[in-house]
Amino acid sequence: MITLDQLPLGQSGIVLQVAGDDAISLRLMEMGVVEGTAVERVGQAPLGDPLEFAVSGYRLMLRRSEAQRVFVTVQQ
Amino acid sequence: MTGSATSSRDVGDSSITIALVGNPNTGKSSLFNALCGLNARVGNYPGVTVEKKIGSYDDGEGLVQVIDLPGTYSLSARSPDERVSVDVLLGHQSDVPPLSAIVVIVDASNIERNLYLFSQVRELGLPIVLVLNMWDRVTDSGIAIDLPHLEARLGVPLVTTSANRRLGIDQLKQTIRRAIAAPPADPPELFPDSYVAAREALQRSITHRLGSPPPRFLADRLLLDISGQTESFWVQQGLPDLPQQLAQARQELAASSIRLPAIETQVRYGWIRKQLQQVVSRDAQPRTTLSDRIDRWITHRFWGLVAFAGIMFLIFQAIASWAAPLTDGIEAIQESIGASIQNTMPPGPLRSLLIDGVVGGVGSVLVFLPQILILFLFIGLLEDCGYMARAAFVMDKLMTRLGLSGKSFLPLMSSFACAVPGIMATRVIENSRDRLLTILVAPLMSCSARLPVYLLMVSAFVPDSHWLGGWVRLQAVVLLLFQALGALVAIPVAWAIRRWLLPGDPPPFVMELPRYTIPSLRVVAARVWERAVAFVQRAGTLIFATSVLIWAAAYFPATNPKVHQLEAKIEQLESQPKDASEAEVQTLMEEKQRLQADQIRNSFLGRLGQSIEPAIRPLGWDWRIGVGVLASFPAREVIVATLGTIYSLGGDVDSENQPLQATLQQARWPDGRPVYTLPVALSIMVFFALCAQCAATLLVIRRETNSWRWPLFTFLYMTTLAYIGAWLTYQLGTAWLGT
Repeated sequence: MITLDQLPLGQSGIVLQVAGDDAISLRLMEMGVVEGTAVERVGQAPLGDPLEFAVSGYRLMLRRSEAQRVFVTVQQ
Repeated sequence: MTGSATSSRDVGDSSITIALVGNPNTGKSSLFNALCGLNARVGNYPGVTVEKKIGSYDDGEGLVQVIDLPGTYSLSARSPDERVSVDVLLGHQSDVPPLSAIVVIVDASNIERNLYLFSQVRELGLPIVLVLNMWDRVTDSGIAIDLPHLEARLGVPLVTTSANRRLGIDQLKQTIRRAIAAPPADPPELFPDSYVAAREALQRSITHRLGSPPPRFLADRLLLDISGQTESFWVQQGLPDLPQQLAQARQELAASSIRLPAIETQVRYGWIRKQLQQVVSRDAQPRTTLSDRIDRWITHRFWGLVAFAGIMFLIFQAIASWAAPLTDGIEAIQESIGASIQNTMPPGPLRSLLIDGVVGGVGSVLVFLPQILILFLFIGLLEDCGYMARAAFVMDKLMTRLGLSGKSFLPLMSSFACAVPGIMATRVIENSRDRLLTILVAPLMSCSARLPVYLLMVSAFVPDSHWLGGWVRLQAVVLLLFQALGALVAIPVAWAIRRWLLPGDPPPFVMELPRYTIPSLRVVAARVWERAVAFVQRAGTLIFATSVLIWAAAYFPATNPKVHQLEAKIEQLESQPKDASEAEVQTLMEEKQRLQADQIRNSFLGRLGQSIEPAIRPLGWDWRIGVGVLASFPAREVIVATLGTIYSLGGDVDSENQPLQATLQQARWPDGRPVYTLPVALSIMVFFALCAQCAATLLVIRRETNSWRWPLFTFLYMTTLAYIGAWLTYQLGTAWLGT
């Protein structure tokens, strides 16, 4: 189990849990980052932050600090 | 309530009202535009700065009013946008009639996430039409959707559209009528039994206490949104112990291992995935879309920054240069109107009011219009094609240093041309604190109105030294420094505001990166038009009033009828093409200018300037500069014309004017020392770099924040900074250079 910011480029993981119940975590969950969703790391901004992920058919941008709330298991 | 009564009378009794809701980036604006065309009004909901957009169309059976609600991912009512949306959908918004149906628009190639909002909306119990938009893109995304199957499972009528190509619009209009005629099916229960029991207990308790049962949707919001808007609303309605009651209910739910608020997203996404099984299928191997290929360059480590810089340069350049001919045109029209008034009216106070106050005042608003149009054309194009989200992505890291997010970059960048469109552009920032902070520092960016002041002072008082064979000129370096000064000062200002005034974590950056699309010219044109109308109507009237006020303060009470008599004589002589009268005109002109200078000195404004002289002495200024600063409250560049008038040169001078520069160089204190030294010139420039002498900006802040508090704050903090800055410049400059 790792957090989303540690996911290597091109890798996908399956979401286990989104930590916290503040507005940011809620927004993530409302946008489909819930238990069982597959998330792939597809890129990052030129200055290294934020990161870009592919989530159920769309692209999501998250700062590293926000990606740390999401726990995933890496898929082989 | 009066609002709803008038609007239903406006459109007749047979009219119905529907609302359009959907996630951001689903083509909702295109759909609204395809339904209503330019037949739309934009305003604000009372008391909040949420944009209220209402249009209408006639489908043959009668008029249909369409309310375009702000794009949102959920109805959990955390942001002002979401709160207003919930109020409108529940019929609680007093200025909107109750809804007959709700149209939920979803991006067909991203259906899973989009159905989350749908699953919330359908629990409101109103007739619903589900629109799968961007249908033309579904096939090349490698997605197949079994429409009849999906329609049967969801239990609501379903329409496919490609709104930017206007496909499927007529069918949508027919389906809306059909949906209203048929009563909506009861929404299915998605939540587990223990949760439903808790909700029903809550509903019973509120019914018992208040006499009327709360809708199921609101009961859900009470339980799910911890210290949410709905809760504070019911507390005010006479349920002061509601928070304790909710806390207890939540504790009991936690005991039966239901985690709040995560249960909602779990349950809804679980339901959505079940509905989509065997209905939506994707290619096993995800396709690399054109959008992905473009993004490899646009968000590339190196080329991404180059592309960003190039696009920003293009916008900045366009505002600075394309607007110039249009601005000149507006000024020419303004002048010719002034001239025709001059030709038809005898000189007098009324003519002066019309030319200097009314035409001058309205003109000072309209000259901003070309810049606003060009900026919003670019913003519209960039937003609609999907680049705006990339710009925020690229710039976010730098902007977090200021306590802002990437979304603030474009508004601040635009403010280098003019803060008015820059502040209007902050509407793309949905976090209200983030947006407010951006608005408060935007006026510090060096706008084009500061340039005339800089040019006048630099050319008159900065030595024309140069190095490297003329490639590096001291005057140009000073100009560049002043262009950058405001942005540098904005860094500690933003930090301080964030620290003491708007404390909190830096705004989050959870954002969707939409696919690139070819921008719809209709949508872009409609947006540019809306902004232009809003600007001219609302800010325009207020700026106009301010300009007339300043005119009156400079004109009264020392009105000298002799000035108008001289004007009449000059005009009479000028109308006769004789060389002989030229010298006479010159003498009369000088006489008139001397009288006008007297008039200004003895006007309310002039007296005020002299009374504040002790306060501006430490900045190295005399009362004339003080009057110039006071008179330039409507717009910074006015100081050039005012100094010209005061120094008896007549009102019509510009910064290139050699005589004005010479006059300033020759101006003396009573004891014979020159008024203008290099430190004085620099002190004036620093003051104008940091001050808030721009009525248009302050009034736009008032409009965008819906309160006088923030323009007042901006004015006070900027004027304080400007005063301190000018004082330091003069004192240090004098100590260093000598007087």
